[in-house]
Parts: sequence; C-alpha cells; structure tokens
Amino acid sequence: MGKSLLDKVWDLHAVRELDSGQTQLFIGLHLVHEVTSPQAFAMLREAGLDVPFPDRTFATVDHIIPTDSQARPLRDGQAEVMLTEIEKNCRRHGIRFFDPASGHQGIVHVIGPELGLTQPGMTIACGDSHTSTHGAFGAVALGIGSSQVRDVLASQTLAMARPKVRRIEVQGKLGPGVFAKDVILHIIRILGVKGGVGFAYEYAGSVFDAMSMEERMTVCNMSIEGGARLGYVNPDDITFEYLRGRPYAPPADRFEEAVAWWRTVGSDADAEYADVVRIAASDIAPTVTWGINPGQAIGVDAEIPDPSSFDKHERDVVEDAYQYMGWHEGDRIAGTKIDVAFIGSCTNGRLSDLREAARVAKLGRVAPNVKALVVPGSQDVARAAEAEGLDRVFRDAGFEWRLPGCSMCLAMNPDKLQGRQVCASSSNRNFKGRQGSPSGRTLLMSPAMVAAAAIQGVVTDVREVLGKGNA
Amino acid sequence: MSAGESQQAVVDSVTGRPIPLPGNDIDTDQIIPARYMTAVTFDGLGQHAFQDLRFEQDGQPKAHPMNDPRFRAKGPRVAIVNKNFGCGSSREHAPQALWRWGVHALVGESYADIFFNNCVAMGLPCVTMSEAEIERLMASVNEDPDHDLVVSLATMMLTYRHQSYAIEMPEGARKRLRTGAWDATGQLVQALPQVREIAGRLPYVQGFRS
Repeated sequence: MGKSLLDKVWDLHAVRELDSGQTQLFIGLHLVHEVTSPQAFAMLREAGLDVPFPDRTFATVDHIIPTDSQARPLRDGQAEVMLTEIEKNCRRHGIRFFDPASGHQGIVHVIGPELGLTQPGMTIACGDSHTSTHGAFGAVALGIGSSQVRDVLASQTLAMARPKVRRIEVQGKLGPGVFAKDVILHIIRILGVKGGVGFAYEYAGSVFDAMSMEERMTVCNMSIEGGARLGYVNPDDITFEYLRGRPYAPPADRFEEAVAWWRTVGSDADAEYADVVRIAASDIAPTVTWGINPGQAIGVDAEIPDPSSFDKHERDVVEDAYQYMGWHEGDRIAGTKIDVAFIGSCTNGRLSDLREAARVAKLGRVAPNVKALVVPGSQDVARAAEAEGLDRVFRDAGFEWRLPGCSMCLAMNPDKLQGRQVCASSSNRNFKGRQGSPSGRTLLMSPAMVAAAAIQGVVTDVREVLGKGNA
Repeated sequence: MSAGESQQAVVDSVTGRPIPLPGNDIDTDQIIPARYMTAVTFDGLGQHAFQDLRFEQDGQPKAHPMNDPRFRAKGPRVAIVNKNFGCGSSREHAPQALWRWGVHALVGESYADIFFNNCVAMGLPCVTMSEAEIERLMASVNEDPDHDLVVSLATMMLTYRHQSYAIEMPEGARKRLRTGAWDATGQLVQALPQVREIAGRLPYVQGFRS
C-alpha cells in the first residue's frame, strides 16, 4: 500500500513521537505577521529562549497596514505600535522582514509563494488559519496559534497530531464563468463547515490538474473554512514551472535536483485514504454565500434555501443567518443590492484574480452608490498588475486601486463596512461582523462575480455580463 | 493557576460555575472581534469576549448568557457549548479572551481543530459529550445555575447537581494537561540536537546540494 503526500512529508519531518502521542514535527518554513507574533516573541523573552533557525522564518505586515497610505507613523497609533514591534522583534532575532520599503510586502500567503519560499514537500506553519493556502504546492501547511508560534520560534518544531486524509476528486471541466473560488465554495457547501475537522484535504482530479498555481492556492486557502486545517494538491509540472526563477526557489544549477526530489513527495497511486469524495465539475455554478458561514452558499441562479429544508442541527444557524442577513422566504441571491465591492485577500488577491475581475470591469462602470475597492495581495502583484495596465482599467471603471494588505477581509485597518452594508467580497469569511461593522453583511464570491456586482449594483451572474461583452 | 503565568501546572480538574454558550459553529470572530486585536499583548481581551453578541454598538447590553444575572457568579467558570465551537480564524486571542473573562474549562459537542490546540497549549481543557448529554446538562444548568460544576480529567467524569456525565478528550491532550506538559516548548527545545539532525537530512534545508 502506498503513502499519501501527507504521510510522506510528515514522516520526513518527524523528529520524534512525544509522550502525548503527538509528533514533534520539524517546520521547514515559518511565516509570521504582526497580529499573532508579538505575544509569541514576548513569551520567548520571558522564557529566555532564542531563535535557533532565524533563516527559516520570514515576516511581513499585512493585517493592520492601511491601504490608502503606508506613510509612517501610521495614522492609527496602535497599528504603528504593532508595526514597530514586529520590526524590533525581527531585528533582535535576525529574521528577514518584508516591510513596505522592501518592495515585497504583502499578505503573508501571497508573498510566501510568489517569492518562491513555499515549495513542495515542506512543512509550513504560520499564526494564521489561511496557511492552508501553501498546500497548493504540495506542502503540509498548518495554521497555528500564538503559543505555537512561540514553539516554532524556539525549536523550529511543533507538537502536532497527524490528521487523516480525505481525497476530494473533482473531475470534468469547469463551465465558463466558473472559477476556483466556486469550486471550493461548492466543496464546503457539500461537506459542511465542520466536515473537515481532523482531516487534511487532498484535492485531486482533472479540475485541479488543469488549474494554475494561483487557482490551486484559492482552493487550498479555504480548506479551513470547511474545517480542514490543511489542504493540498500533489505537485506537478505546473508547480515546478511556477517556482522556476523565483527569488527563493532553488537556483538554476540545482533546480532539476529539486524537481527530482519534489516528484518523490506526491501521493502514490495506491495511497490509502480515510475517505474519498467525488464531485462532478459540471455541477458547479458561479457560487455565492447567502449566510453567515462559508458553507451557506448557493448557485447564483438559485433561490435562497428555505430554513425548513435543513435538518434540526443546521436550522438554528440557518434561522440566525436569515435574520442577520434580512432574507425573506423565496428571495433569490441574484439581484441582491450591494453597497460595497471588495476584490482582494489571501484567497483572491493575486494577478490572475485581478485579470479576471478587470475583464469584467472593462465592460462597465461601478454603479452609483457602490464603493468598490481593488486591493492587490502584495507589492509584487501590484507592480505586475500596473505593468499590464490593470490599475487603469479599474480606475477608469470607478474602482479604487489600493495598496497591498488584508484590507476589508477582516477590517483590522481603516477599510471597514458601515452599519448594515452589504459587501460583494472575494475574501474567505462571511461571519457576522467580519468586515468591520458588527451588523455588516458579506456575500462571498469569485473576483469576476464581485466585479459584475460592482458594475450592476446587484449580485449578477457573471456569465450574463461576459456573454454580453462577447456579443 | 493561570494560563501563561504558572507554566507546567498540572490541570487535573476544574471546578467552576457553569455558563451556557449555546449555538453551533460559533467562530472566533464572534468570540473576539478583530478590532480588539490591534495590540501586542492579550491583556484586556476578557472584557470584550463576545462583544458584539453581548452589546449593541452603543454599549447597551443584549440578551446573552454572559449578561444574564443568573450566570454572573464570580470565580472560575466552565462554559457549555455545542458543535464546532471556535471555528474560523486561528487567533489565540479567542481562548485568551475566554480565559481572561473567567472560563477555565469548556464542555461541548465538538471543537474546531486550531481552537482546540490553542486551548490545550494554554492549559485550558476542552472536553466533549454527546449532543443528548449536553442537552441534559444545559437543561439542568438552566433549571438551577447556582452550583459548582466539576470537570475531572482524572476520572473523565463531569458532575453537576449530583448528576454525573461521562466526558471525552483525546488521550494525548488529556495526558499533556494532567502531567503539566501542555506547554510544549520546554520539551520541544530539549530535542534541538535531533531537530538539527532532521534539518540536516532534508534536501531543501541543505539547498539541494547532493
């Protein structure tokens, strides 16, 4: 019986079994940001511990950074304190910090891959649940809390229990206007927001085989929204070609050596899985969330489901969602008026996301009374987009072109919803209050769908907008 | 005993007044909204636990168990929760906020992975019971909340109003709490020589120099 990638990578990084039955797992790449690391560095100081592998940790600032001006000191005094703190901590321990002056600052899950830090066969940890993003490269990438950030800083290891592996096969071809975001929203809708607890998700099948690395990142990013702490795609030529030539990827003279090793870490054809789920690509429509968790999603052409259609375990949450979102029986998601459109985040703030959104933005202008933001995931993404003129496309269509950061995904910065505003968002969470207003409402969808909603002023099937554009 | 303060303390049992926090899929954004995380420490998070469920934006209290005079006892608390508690963001701020509000143990139907790990790493036990048993316990608490609830990791029993309930917890987590090894750092650092050995064997750490 063969082994899965999870098992191979786990075994390669296992330092020892602990009395608790957990594995002490070597962490090949540790990424830190300003929100979950200061407490960890403080604990380290209190315990008088050092950072033995400072060159295996990289830092950036993303959650609190304003997207209108990064001028120092930051306008929000507390944000400035946090930025200063991570600067000090990195300097003290000799950790590379990608600050705005570096030209490579951005959302931690955007910069790791684009700099070539994220590689197949690695174990990766970060004090952020969307660390699952890095699994797109065939890495075992784990979101952790601050106490565990301390553990990685102090020992380059984590105490972790090995998860089971569920293989999710999506076969076929996605229809026009259907994106990676729709695939993962569809998966979470089917398996539920707690279906993945205790599992690693292995995404396989022709749909993922055909995806670009950026699309695979979108899928893996939201594994945690389905309860799975990690998700991955087995590495292939698309992975290797993406990495070739990136600043921290193996240099040209050792690249083939690296590829040869990377090929060995993928799941064996006869690997055993705790569970296998099969989904047909043709069942996936452009998908939009209507509720208060990412599993509460439907095809854009569907009616919002009746609370009575859910079993009793779901009904309370569904009724809560109905009330919070202000739905009435028989409402459809298409045609829902929006106030804000947000394109960005670690889920969908990469160049290909901006290209798809720009393709739609080109066909119209942002509707009156809609505030539309485009926030590139990193300074590198911003430069590449500007080199293609995407910033102009967005600006000409009435979108605001902002500086890189997490922005309105979680609103730990000046970008926030007001009151009960409805936001068409390319981010990952539609939790109550997530976008900065305790009563704000979030509709998750693909970047192209957000752009379509922005120009129509209401949730719109992007296939109709693109269809008109082609006519 | 206090998380982060008295390290390596043994957590064998927790006694406290019950506080029901019903609902499935309660995410960590609910437990502590992100706007309270612009800080470099966890200090002061307790007063904002469940802020937006407890208070209107003008500060008026809402109907929430944490505002209910029946559940306003002083001292350590044991929270009673339902399914998938603590899902979403990995923010340790969530268990830290609960701890600082006074929650010293949780009993529920299930927890999100990262939340559970974060709790164990700070010495905060999360035990589980079946849906029916949680329902029975919540009913008993709602009937008369004014008693101590005891969670014993030694016997894996919970007792409330002379009723006993069998509780569960993964053996590894239980062991870490009962031996005071919930703070793993010391143990992990001890193995640094082996850690260097593993690093030396990994091709990518060695720069793919064969």
